[in-house]
Amino acid sequence: MSRTLRPSEDPIWLRAGVLFAVALFMGVMIVLPLATVFLTALSKGLDPVIEAITAPDALAAVRLTLLTAAISVPVNLVFGVCASWAVAKHDFAGKSLLISLIDLPFSVSPVVAGLIYVLVFGLQGWLGPWLEAHDIHIIFAAPGIVLATIFVTFPFVARELIPLMEAQGVDAEEAAVSLGASGLATFFRVTAPNVRWGLVYGVLLCNARAMGEFGAVSVVSGRIRGVTTTMPLHVEILYSEYNFVGAFAVAGLLCLLALATLAAKAMLDLVWPEGRAHVG
Amino acid sequence: MSAELKTGSAPLEVRAVEIVKSFARYPALNSVSLEVRPGELMALLGPSGSGKTTLLRVIAGLEFPEAGRVEFGGADVTFAAAAERGVGFVFQHYALFRHMSVAQNIAFGLDVRPRHRRPSGVERRRRVETLLRLVSLEGMGERKPAQLSGGQRQRVALARALAVEPRVLLLDEPFGALDATVRKSLRRELRRIHEATGVTTLFVTHDQEEALELADRVAVLRDGRIEQIGLANEVYDHPVSAFVAGFVGDANRLVGEVRGGRFRAGEMALAGAGVRDGAAEAYVRPHHIDLGAQPAPDAVPATVLRIAGNGPVCRVDLRLEDGTHLEAAIARNGASVIPSQGDVVYTIVTGGHVFALG
Repeated sequence: MSRTLRPSEDPIWLRAGVLFAVALFMGVMIVLPLATVFLTALSKGLDPVIEAITAPDALAAVRLTLLTAAISVPVNLVFGVCASWAVAKHDFAGKSLLISLIDLPFSVSPVVAGLIYVLVFGLQGWLGPWLEAHDIHIIFAAPGIVLATIFVTFPFVARELIPLMEAQGVDAEEAAVSLGASGLATFFRVTAPNVRWGLVYGVLLCNARAMGEFGAVSVVSGRIRGVTTTMPLHVEILYSEYNFVGAFAVAGLLCLLALATLAAKAMLDLVWPEGRAHVG
Repeated sequence: MSAELKTGSAPLEVRAVEIVKSFARYPALNSVSLEVRPGELMALLGPSGSGKTTLLRVIAGLEFPEAGRVEFGGADVTFAAAAERGVGFVFQHYALFRHMSVAQNIAFGLDVRPRHRRPSGVERRRRVETLLRLVSLEGMGERKPAQLSGGQRQRVALARALAVEPRVLLLDEPFGALDATVRKSLRRELRRIHEATGVTTLFVTHDQEEALELADRVAVLRDGRIEQIGLANEVYDHPVSAFVAGFVGDANRLVGEVRGGRFRAGEMALAGAGVRDGAAEAYVRPHHIDLGAQPAPDAVPATVLRIAGNGPVCRVDLRLEDGTHLEAAIARNGASVIPSQGDVVYTIVTGGHVFALG
């Protein structure tokens, strides 16, 4: 390595200083809290942790969280892909309105999002009496939790894909169409392979948020222990009961699920090494 | 090789009849009619915004007109999808599928066919090999588009468009993104490929030199209308409007007036038969200005500002005594004397195209 300093190179103290500032910030804001979660959970040994996690209420919360993510992520994947395909590759009246609607869940507080569903589907809501008459339970039940989660996590996939698809233009799609490809073939053979990294990223973000959502779910859940509590709600309940080890044990499990998604992304990185270059 | 590339059916005639198309209330095509003869190589020439690309896309089925018809071999295909028309389309920026290899790109049009019309794997590979040879890219089948130069990418795009055995080949500024040398060699190659395949071909360009060199016939567009259609040299030698005279080929523009069939601008004069009296403009090609060393009747003195060009033709920049600038072209064949910078020469205009102004 050459020791000569090129004119464009910043001095060593500046580079080291910036690096140190970033490392310090990451350490205080991210690594330390994450470590605290696991350290507090394990502060009284492994047994209380296992006990807290295997408690029936906790297992029910894990099941409900996974079920919520398992429904809302595929739903948002399909709708997100459709929405971004429509927005990025086509021109139509009301396009900017649609883009604003896609962004809406990001700008509305999750608590408000939850309240909207209570107002629509709750007992005093517009559809409440009709739902009650037909014995359909949405609010204070799993369907409400899933609906609120879908609402809150809707923008992730679309927001990842729209800029990517717009940047890639419609040339390749037009070429595919002129060569005789149908709309579906064009999407699966031309559009999707070029945005697959954005797609993976959007799904991972969507999944992380779906499992971690608190505000909106908290409003529609009714917090019936072991029935309508997801993992974040369960953590909060345990914490408010001063069961710190239990709260941090479940929180740790939630963190592990998030880390597992990150690991899945890293795995895909290895499987599709060449795909990386196409993003952004 | 050419025999196996010829499509089974005879070359097709393409007709666009009174096409109207507008974008956001701005008319892009204003009742445009065009006929491309079977097996012909035709150029759509015009400045940007003249509607030439829009017309090409309407013929391809990538845009649909508000009025008018598109006919392929007499059959109305105005609203047929691009796929049903059997067109091959080449884009200015190649539009290759970058996640696929060169061979996969070329085979794409065959791969997406419904099973009963899809050639076998062996047949597809054979077709890809033939096309790679046709566009001089043998052995490059496994490369990715990112590993190719611009010229090579455009060859892949051309091979991909030809793979589906199109009845009509459409090219949108196919050489627009390439540098001059590559452009020139690809031009020759397109001509060769056109002769090998015999497919009716229409290409868009804003480069008049490209249009004149490559095409059998040229259609000149301006503001969504066709100004002139004709053989390349016909459009150059007999422009029907001032716009065509100025746009196709180099020309000196002189503003003056016509009196009794004779055009005058300062001391310069030339025949303007058939043009009504009044203000007029003349377009004089550089080779229509003769230079003499000695004064002669009707010759106008001028100073040589600059000599340029190292080809068979030498360009001479001149300034008349009234300040008018002229560009002349003289053959470097020994028959004529090439003046030097600063010389005073005597110019005679031997031809030109005169059009009434306003």
